[in-house]
Amino acid sequence: MKFWRLPLDAEAHSIPQGTVNIIESRCKGCGFCIEFCPNGCLKQSKRFNVKGYHPPELIFHAEDCVECGLCSLICPEFAIFTELKEAKKITEDDIQKVTTRYSRRDRRSFKR
Amino acid sequence: MKIRLRELSHFDKEAAETLIQKDHGLHPDDKYLKPGRIPHIWCPGCGLGVVLTTFIEAVRRNRIPIDMCSVVSGIGCTGRVAGYLDMDTYHTTHGRAIPFATGLALANPQMSVTVFSGDGDLFAIGGNHLIHAARRNVNLKVICVNNFNFGMTGGQVAPTTPLEAKTSTTPTGNAEPGFNLPYLAHAAGAVYVARWTTFHPRQLAHSISQALNKKGFTFVEAIAPCPTGYGRPNKLGSGLEEMRFYRDMTEVRNGADPKLAEIRLREKFIVGTFHDTDRPDFLENYDRNVVSRVKSKQKGKEKGKAA
Repeated sequence: MKFWRLPLDAEAHSIPQGTVNIIESRCKGCGFCIEFCPNGCLKQSKRFNVKGYHPPELIFHAEDCVECGLCSLICPEFAIFTELKEAKKITEDDIQKVTTRYSRRDRRSFKR
Repeated sequence: MKIRLRELSHFDKEAAETLIQKDHGLHPDDKYLKPGRIPHIWCPGCGLGVVLTTFIEAVRRNRIPIDMCSVVSGIGCTGRVAGYLDMDTYHTTHGRAIPFATGLALANPQMSVTVFSGDGDLFAIGGNHLIHAARRNVNLKVICVNNFNFGMTGGQVAPTTPLEAKTSTTPTGNAEPGFNLPYLAHAAGAVYVARWTTFHPRQLAHSISQALNKKGFTFVEAIAPCPTGYGRPNKLGSGLEEMRFYRDMTEVRNGADPKLAEIRLREKFIVGTFHDTDRPDFLENYDRNVVSRVKSKQKGKEKGKAA
């Protein structure tokens, strides 16, 4: 599905973009952040941390982080937090991206 | 065949501690935590850290200064919270978190006193204290982390363990039905009763911040996964699988009758804010019925003496 115009109130809104900071030495590998990230930004890494757990790492679509802060709220170890990088304006590409993300064509929707 | 063994190096405690100290301050929540105490002792997959994070989030949201916030906890895994928070905290004896906190709340009414304790502490040995504090409506904020067993001592049966659930002391299944905590707190007279699981951290943070704003006895139950004590014997899997279970098997029903909030093993249960009212708290009643009357009597006596 293709949108033929921007939403009328597109200028009133912006898309926040966040950076995910992971304190790897604290992670105990419970996987809550990986499972419950609404945008699927995280995956389990293959390397080990000091304690011998696999800490999470950002996947290729790292720009998907919208700084919702769920990972920092759900992390029991105080090992992950997000920071606001920038709030960018909504463009037609973003609308298209969001529609494809929540449509069935996107593979990441099957993950959940 | 030659076997080459890796050389054993002794555990360097100082180096490990300096590493932990160096990590302090990296996370924005670290200013609420005692330096050098994180990583905590809770198991991987335990939900207690989530409840602690949501409590810190609620304190930050309400802009309560750290000096005016105090946390009292009992014994158990949840009792460790008092050791991790960098506030006025007290780790009381088993079950006596509420009596201690009652004294604290009455001595300094401006202070926000939170009782952060587990189900085994608040409802097994401290059950009477809880219902009487709720009846008196002392200005306390109780956060009960419910993991359905006594986790720290090895997963024994607790008053909240559901019927037929296996624990280390009930290997063939529990013969007793568990407490319905929101119903109990509501019946005893709490002004705010809510229940959330660790899968609902946002709702939990909102509920705790609402409770911190209220005057009187508030009760928030946070259901947390316990993969070692409760999940393993009941085949509920790891902490993550228990979180998935809470995602699938909970139904958010705000304002529901807490009578329906009973938990049975492997069945759907309801979460939400069940009860939210206002009634005069203990200090208000005490001032009106005791202090003011005694003062008026004394005034009468003084008048009599003067005449």
